[in-house]
Amino acid sequence: MSVALKVENVNKYFHEPEEFHVLSDISFSVNKGEFVPVIGKSGCGKSTLLYLLSTLDTDYKGKIFINDQLLTGESQNNLARFRNENIGFVFQFHFLLPEFTVLENVMLPALKLGKLSRKEIEEQAIDKLRQLQMDAFAHKLSSRLSGGQQQRVAIARALINDPTIIMADEPTGNLDSINTGIVFDIFKNLAHEKGITILTVTHDLDFAKSADRVIEMADGRIKDS
Amino acid sequence: MVDTLIAKRHLMANKKQTLVAMLGVTFGIAMFILMISFMIGVNQFMENTMLSSTPDIHIYNDIKTDYSVSIAGDYFKDKNLLVSVRHPKPKQVNLNIKNASGILNNLRQDPTITRVSPFLSTQVFYNYGPVQINGYINGVNIIDESKIFDLRSKMTIGQPEDLLNTDKGIIMGRGLANKLNLGIGDMVTLTTPAGTSMSFRVVGIFAIGIGTIDDTRSYINLANVQQLMGKDRSYITDINIKLVDNKLAPSKAGELYKKYNYKSDDWQTANSSVMASNIVRDVLTYVVSITLLTVAGFGIYNIMNMTIKNKMKDIAILKAQGFSGHDIVRIFLSQSLFIGFFGALMGEVLGFLLSYALSRVPFPHNDFISLKYFPVIFNPAHYLFGLVFGVVTPFIAGLMPSIRASRIDPVVILRG
Ligand SMILES: Nc1ncnc2c1ncn2[C@@H]1O[C@H](COP(=O)(O)OP(=O)(O)O)[C@@H](O)[C@H]1O
Ligand SMILES: [Mg+2]
Repeated sequence: MSVALKVENVNKYFHEPEEFHVLSDISFSVNKGEFVPVIGKSGCGKSTLLYLLSTLDTDYKGKIFINDQLLTGESQNNLARFRNENIGFVFQFHFLLPEFTVLENVMLPALKLGKLSRKEIEEQAIDKLRQLQMDAFAHKLSSRLSGGQQQRVAIARALINDPTIIMADEPTGNLDSINTGIVFDIFKNLAHEKGITILTVTHDLDFAKSADRVIEMADGRIKDS
Repeated sequence: MVDTLIAKRHLMANKKQTLVAMLGVTFGIAMFILMISFMIGVNQFMENTMLSSTPDIHIYNDIKTDYSVSIAGDYFKDKNLLVSVRHPKPKQVNLNIKNASGILNNLRQDPTITRVSPFLSTQVFYNYGPVQINGYINGVNIIDESKIFDLRSKMTIGQPEDLLNTDKGIIMGRGLANKLNLGIGDMVTLTTPAGTSMSFRVVGIFAIGIGTIDDTRSYINLANVQQLMGKDRSYITDINIKLVDNKLAPSKAGELYKKYNYKSDDWQTANSSVMASNIVRDVLTYVVSITLLTVAGFGIYNIMNMTIKNKMKDIAILKAQGFSGHDIVRIFLSQSLFIGFFGALMGEVLGFLLSYALSRVPFPHNDFISLKYFPVIFNPAHYLFGLVFGVVTPFIAGLMPSIRASRIDPVVILRG
């Protein structure tokens, strides 16, 4: 099995308001097509780790590889391009752009990538929305949807450029148990059927237990399981 | 282009705010167009009036009186005697240009000169019945003179050539003719300061549009004036010169002065007060326009800052999805440029309409200048300049907020 994500000896410090060693000697790897929940108490550094892995935060020591490509030390422009092509994002507060329709929200990262024509992108976006049973809402303004619906659109958007890896930070934190179930089922399907690596922070231990493997964090370290 | 798509959406989502920012630019550009069209119109009117009454170069003898010669030296033959004469009376001098025909020949061969008009100017009294008015006459070769000042277009009655077809004809300024209540065919008697007098028949009336000229000046054939003054055929006092390029007048005037040692005035020096007020108007136009555009610029700056503050989350989400800092700058700068471009375009239309309206407003009646409407010119260069201004200002105003937006750290925003 090939490795999708590899982390070597990552350490991170916050300097404000005081010196704080938030991540200590983090090393692990995730294979392609694995569905891996990250759990741990609030404040243990899960979000911080996810921002490092997603290349949004570049202020750390150690090395991060995605698809065997070393991302540490790359320029901001290269990292933006890499994110666009290889990383899908899902946040706790869905974060769709309110002026755009559901369809346009899904299309935007692909339009940015610019590999396909507008028409092809539109077809792909409809296809992704259909996978998440959101195609009926394609032409609605995204701000008109419920939280669970928005989160499904956000997942469709994360999928649009066929990324290697999807990272999600408490994607179900604001959802009821039915919607939470739907989201995790989607994730599992994507991992097992489409071979997309999924790394998701969650507080939902029941769902975490049903995963292939769980990464548990405590006080900025990974606990051996 | 996906960046422009996003920019457009942001603008459309805040139509009111976009419109207000645009109107700021519109107002600034419209005022710029109106002011510059009017101010340059006034300048051009002044320059035209000036040029229709002032030759490119005017050569004349400005020695009015001669105190240099005294007969005291002849009287007291002793060379060792120091003689001081208080309040000497001036010697009678001729105001004419000596060696006129030689100078005229020289000037006519000069390739930078297109036309030379010698004339004889003198003060006279105009007598018509009991009415007596002080003025002056120019004895001219009317063909040369009318080529220099385009007299043909200034004639209200008659033609310049009529002077040649009449024995002892006179072409009179309109104000003067009105005061004397004279019309075509009427006779008028002129009296010189020396006391000689002669009668002339009115053959034409001109109006240059400057009260001080139209109320005092008349044209008569040069030979008639020489006869009236009892001078010979070579006696002239002034030479008017038209140049190929009137911008070169000051240097050419200096050259002619050195060569002939007669006073040579170029049109710019002769009208330096008009030139100065032209500069004042130019400066005023630019100061006011730049002020208005700066205010519009600050308006855009404010609105861009507000937009960016409202869009922090969106910026973070776009960056997380792979939009680079350059993309963010493009998204917001293009909004600012859109506001500027369309604001400026509307400003040009409004500016044109206002200028056009002003050009149709009758100019208050005035004895000194003859103007039917407010002078306004329509110069495409001004409109082009306005458009460039209208795009550069928002570019500068939008650049800083856009760069600030591109530096937003998405992690800080996403953490909430
Ligand atoms: N920008 C920051 N500056 C200083 N400390 C921070 C900053 N962001 C997070 N922290 C601290 O780092 C620790 C880890 O935070 P976080 O990664 O958000 O935890 P989790 O997501 O596991 O709840 C917390 O104690 C938090 O207070
Ligand atoms: Mg967190």
